[in-house]
Amino acid sequence: MAQAQTSRPVHSVSIRGLAQSYGAVQVLKQLDLDIPDGEFLVLLGPSGCGKSTLLNCIAGLLEPTHGQVFIKGKNVTWEEPKDRGIGMVFQSYALYPQMTVERNLSFGLRVAGMAKEEIDKRVKRASEILQIGPLLDRKPMQLSGGQRQRVAIGRALVRDVDVFLFDEPLSNLDAKLRAELRVEIKRLHQRLGNTMIYVTHDQIEAMTLADRIAVMKGGSIQQLDSPMTIYNKPKNRYVAGFIGSPGMNFLKSEIEGAGAKAILKFGSGKISLKDYAPVAPLMPKQVAFGVRPEHIRINAGAEAGLSDSFDAVVDIVEPMGSDSLVWLNVANQTMSARVESSEQYKPGEKVKIRFRVGLASLFDEATGDRL
Amino acid sequence: MSNITSIEPSGPKPRPWLSWELVIVYGFLIVTSLYFLFPLYIVVITSLKNLDQIRDGNIFFPGANPTFHAWYRAWFEVCTGLDCRGIHPNFLNSVIITVPSVLVSISVAITTGYALNNWPFRFSESFFTVLIIGSFVPYQVMLYPMVLLTKNMGIYSTLSAVIFVHTVFGLPILTLLFRNYFASLPVELFKAARVDGAGFWRILLQVFLPMSLPILAVAMILQVTGIWNDFLFGVVFAGPNNYPMTVKLNNIFTSTMGVKEYNVEMAATLLTGAVPLALYFFSGKYFVRGIAAGAVKG
Ligand SMILES: Nc1ncnc2c1ncn2[C@@H]1O[C@H](COP(=O)(O)OP(=O)(O)O)[C@@H](O)[C@H]1O
Ligand SMILES: [Mg+2]
Repeated sequence: MAQAQTSRPVHSVSIRGLAQSYGAVQVLKQLDLDIPDGEFLVLLGPSGCGKSTLLNCIAGLLEPTHGQVFIKGKNVTWEEPKDRGIGMVFQSYALYPQMTVERNLSFGLRVAGMAKEEIDKRVKRASEILQIGPLLDRKPMQLSGGQRQRVAIGRALVRDVDVFLFDEPLSNLDAKLRAELRVEIKRLHQRLGNTMIYVTHDQIEAMTLADRIAVMKGGSIQQLDSPMTIYNKPKNRYVAGFIGSPGMNFLKSEIEGAGAKAILKFGSGKISLKDYAPVAPLMPKQVAFGVRPEHIRINAGAEAGLSDSFDAVVDIVEPMGSDSLVWLNVANQTMSARVESSEQYKPGEKVKIRFRVGLASLFDEATGDRL
Repeated sequence: MSNITSIEPSGPKPRPWLSWELVIVYGFLIVTSLYFLFPLYIVVITSLKNLDQIRDGNIFFPGANPTFHAWYRAWFEVCTGLDCRGIHPNFLNSVIITVPSVLVSISVAITTGYALNNWPFRFSESFFTVLIIGSFVPYQVMLYPMVLLTKNMGIYSTLSAVIFVHTVFGLPILTLLFRNYFASLPVELFKAARVDGAGFWRILLQVFLPMSLPILAVAMILQVTGIWNDFLFGVVFAGPNNYPMTVKLNNIFTSTMGVKEYNVEMAATLLTGAVPLALYFFSGKYFVRGIAAGAVKG
């Protein structure tokens, strides 16, 4: 993270050398992170990788073992959560069950001793933005999951915070509601322009919401980039495998020749790498050729940007409506290809496939790093 | 669809009207109910007889013209030694002991249980272990040290001593009860309240307490019945002028002056048991939970 030192704009949230351990277990490992004002940052990673721990450290609900947290340029490492200008939304909603929606929304304001008229004004505005006006007199028990989560967002909204923290806010909702609320959160961000830090293990949420995604693994950040960069140019095999559904196909293969003369040897065939933009000049070694399902064409003619053709056998076809997934057996390796739903294939059918090499990725078989 | 035959399985599976399991379960329930209800029946009918009816009649049958005279005597007149005021002064003593003991022990325990669970401090784990051990130590072991302690405090042989002892001995189990209850609430609720700016007391009083009514009821039942029914601490700490109802009842049974008035003794028994009995009746499901929680006590 060298860019942290070069320029010094006041970031909305900055993290320096943040580490968290429980006994001998290191849950966060020396994290550095700068989040510009107004950014929507998604922390993405599997369960147990330390996302919530990081968010709790930013919120001040957890004291880090090492390191510092800055919000709006101010060192808040020792500040109470309420003094950090943050609001937090939890997976389990965490609404106060005995209070009405109105009391839930105003709780923080009443704690702060705000005047009644100002409280009413803010509650009114928040309930308009989130369309929960008719629910103000209800208890949380009488609300659906989506409504509860809206109230929970409202609780941060009324407090007029600088930074919104979301910890898997949609994970308890069913698929349809999740998609709806996802859009609403994005709309809210566009409307308010606040900094938002959003934790999820759902790569679709990450892709759709984020300005930047931080892909985490085992307490460290593997890659911090825009969703499209993460999708198209994953820094390592872990990131590549985490994003995309179904995941990227990895084919064991081998680079022959170095630099501009490098070609990929795959099964009995060869793939030209002239369209591939490597990180550093390529060297002969064992690699994983990573190609996304939509970058495989079945029975297509020769065309610029496409590789030579390879023999494959159709294993299973999964129609999705908008398109279809075709699972293929290629040189004894399984891969999936995404095709137009008008293309029809049968299990056992012999086909020819071509790869879009310019959009593929090469990973060192030993280290997993992008080449 | 239309040719479903009668032997085709459909709808609920038929079950025999009577099964072995049912016979055993109901048999057990009926026998145990009788075991507890029958003595109660005897006590009630005896308390409503006069002495002649008791002497001449059958113990199993109610007498003619039931009367509450024995109840009146038990409450206002029955003697132990030279004291002929009945058991009503001791009823008052029991109330004076029970109310503050219950209130103080529960208030302190809910606060410590909450602090232990939500505001961990340097020695909170060790403190918790000590509490667990504390709730299993038999009272007898602590009796003599407690006598010395209350003597030194200058409250021995007063109602204050009994209140003090009940409060202290109730704390470990109650603190455990509340700690475990708070541990079962989602942590995110506590975190949300902290983000909202609430501190130690506000979270306890405005967020957790309103959610704690079931466990408060359980604690209340545990304490009220436990303290009201206590005999040991009453004998040891109250002093002869301040005996609670249970101790007085025992003295009525054992005092040997004159004719033995079984009806008055039975009435006194029922009067003494009235408070826990009423609590059992009115607190239904909470009482069952209280028993389950009390089972931890062993
Ligand atoms: N209080 C704790 N004591 C010990 N280990 C913990 C504690 N809290 C979290 N952990 C561990 O830290 C790791 C990261 O947890 P968390 O940040 O909740 O992961 P995520 O939110 O990414 O699923 C997990 O392996 C978890 O077991
Ligand atoms: Mg988590």
